[in-house]
Amino acid sequence: MPPIVNTKCNGCGACEEICPGDLMEVVHGKASCRASRDCWDCMSCVKACPRQALEIRLPYQLGYYPATLVPEVRAKEIIWTCKDINGNAETFRVKTRND
Amino acid sequence: MAKTILPASLDQVEEVTLETDILIIGAGNAGCFAAIEAKKVNPDLQVMLMEKAHIDRSGCLAAGMDAINTYMKKGRTVDDFVRWSRSQAGGIIREDLTISMAEHLNQPIEEWEKWGMPIKYEDDGEEYKSRGKWDITVSGSEMKPILAEKTREAGCKVLNRVVATNYILDGNRVIGAFGFGVRDGKMYIVKAKSILVATGGAAGIYKPYQADGYDSHHQLWYCPFNVGTGYAMGIRAGAEMTTFEMRWCATRTKDFNGPIDTIAVGYKTPMINGKGEKILEKRYAHLGGDAAPRFIRANVPMEEWRDGRGPCYVDTTGMTESQVRDMKYDYLNERPTFVLFLAARGQDIQKEPIEIYGSDPYIVGGHTASGYWVNVNRSTTLEGLYACGDVAGGTPNKFVGGCAAEGMIAAQAAAKSCEHFSSLAAISADLIATEKNRIYAPIFRYKNTGDGVRPGEMEERLQRLMDEYAGGVHQFFRMNRESLQYALRHLQILRDQVKYLISEDFHELMEVHGVIDRIDVAEVLVHHLLYREETRWPGWQTRTDYPEKDDSKFDCFVNSRLNRTTGVVELFTRAYEQMVPGDRLKP
Repeated sequence: MPPIVNTKCNGCGACEEICPGDLMEVVHGKASCRASRDCWDCMSCVKACPRQALEIRLPYQLGYYPATLVPEVRAKEIIWTCKDINGNAETFRVKTRND
Repeated sequence: MAKTILPASLDQVEEVTLETDILIIGAGNAGCFAAIEAKKVNPDLQVMLMEKAHIDRSGCLAAGMDAINTYMKKGRTVDDFVRWSRSQAGGIIREDLTISMAEHLNQPIEEWEKWGMPIKYEDDGEEYKSRGKWDITVSGSEMKPILAEKTREAGCKVLNRVVATNYILDGNRVIGAFGFGVRDGKMYIVKAKSILVATGGAAGIYKPYQADGYDSHHQLWYCPFNVGTGYAMGIRAGAEMTTFEMRWCATRTKDFNGPIDTIAVGYKTPMINGKGEKILEKRYAHLGGDAAPRFIRANVPMEEWRDGRGPCYVDTTGMTESQVRDMKYDYLNERPTFVLFLAARGQDIQKEPIEIYGSDPYIVGGHTASGYWVNVNRSTTLEGLYACGDVAGGTPNKFVGGCAAEGMIAAQAAAKSCEHFSSLAAISADLIATEKNRIYAPIFRYKNTGDGVRPGEMEERLQRLMDEYAGGVHQFFRMNRESLQYALRHLQILRDQVKYLISEDFHELMEVHGVIDRIDVAEVLVHHLLYREETRWPGWQTRTDYPEKDDSKFDCFVNSRLNRTTGVVELFTRAYEQMVPGDRLKP
């Protein structure tokens, strides 16, 4: 299942540039996924988006609504915030590059 | 990005002809390490990578990785590694290849750390943090962008979004590769002195069980964009292939179909069945219990289900709160959406264990031994062509470190062989015209007739056929001669139907060539499964009509080659050569 595109998208094309499956494209100035069934959930586009305009969503067959996982990408770390279906939130500070 | 306008006729398709010393097909882990190594051997060499996606996030490392599973720790020897790998693979590995790989295992990992990838250390600060016999923990979320940066810095040229379609042959010699731009629609003709194939393995040959669900078609463990193109190009060119029948069917997390070592190895959680029994300890003690060969462990959940003892789990209920957090941290580095999956189930894994199940089978030479038959410098049976990573056969248990190491080994030989060529061979106009027509015909078929078969339809037909008749997860990985012959008959029909494939745009054209490649891989795979009339690796290869192992006939490699004159896939065996003494089934 692909990312959901929210209103922050300005059609910059960073997701189109990076998607390993050639699935993201900018249509009429906004990001869109051409085949949600073909997404691998790798989150490359979500990490690449400069405006947090993309949100990852699991197929409903696998996981219930409305859990969220949001990365805040910084130079050498990602701050991940995960909310479960009961509203419980967890935050992780993951180091991604050495100092 | 402005959409590319489709050509009105074949002669409107622009041709781009490029020349380089070394062409690497596939800019994943193995391909990038090969590229950097080739530049180290000789900085004057021109190195070009042909990549169907974007190098920053292509291949198996797109989402990251949380461990390196083959790192030689202090005190371990190459012989130790060979004995372990051999026992995990049921005694069938190429020992010569495994030795040369083991000698190079640590270098790429240490370079990666130097380049910026964080690796955890043990508390005394001396050694990398251990996660099992050969495993270390890494924070590899950004390991692919880091590797891509270094590949560019080394001066390699990257052709992003170019899909390789076939080798360019001059007799038995590979002199380049054809491809097309999935974004620009152009035909690429790349001539080179040495060619390295590093396209990864093949996903999507079999139907994954999640495909029943809306939007879950690509909920796979292995990268779904690795469609077996490197195998298929080799098969079509008459390269010798080995051990396709040793499929990689794995224990994965149920539904999410994600990696399990993070939990099972990283946090030593036992596999339990529906009755709460520790399966390996209770039922597989005679095969080594928790240290049973990899195929036994991989097959455990499906065997338990079949015998009425499912569902199965990894028992996470004994984990501490801080272990659960550490485990989620690890997953965020490899498959972040598994953390989302648990949240979307509202699952507290200290109370409710994580369910496990079998995966769809993959052909992947970094885990099992399927792929090109290569010699110790990773040259294939086609002159001028080298193979490394998941596409190269004979060496199971490479994983990330081994694929990188193999890229380096292949590049050293490929760089040296360039010295023998002062100029590039000419390519006949006929050859180019034939391939051009083969690549683009589905676009014009769609335009001119508007009717035919969409690649997605054919892909699903192939996957269901293989699942039901060639030992997919819905058949508990089991098969017999009659079911395999059925599969073969229908694969031949599918092959005849390729002429009806249509595509509306260049993305769909990529899917067309993906399904054509998968059919070629599937056909060779079924021939291999038919030929090995025994059961050597239950789960990976279970023949219900030959349920026992038969060392008198099959303690050897099963190899194949497409006879390009007759079109027949010819099967034969090659002897096992033991170099490291000892019982091949014991680590």
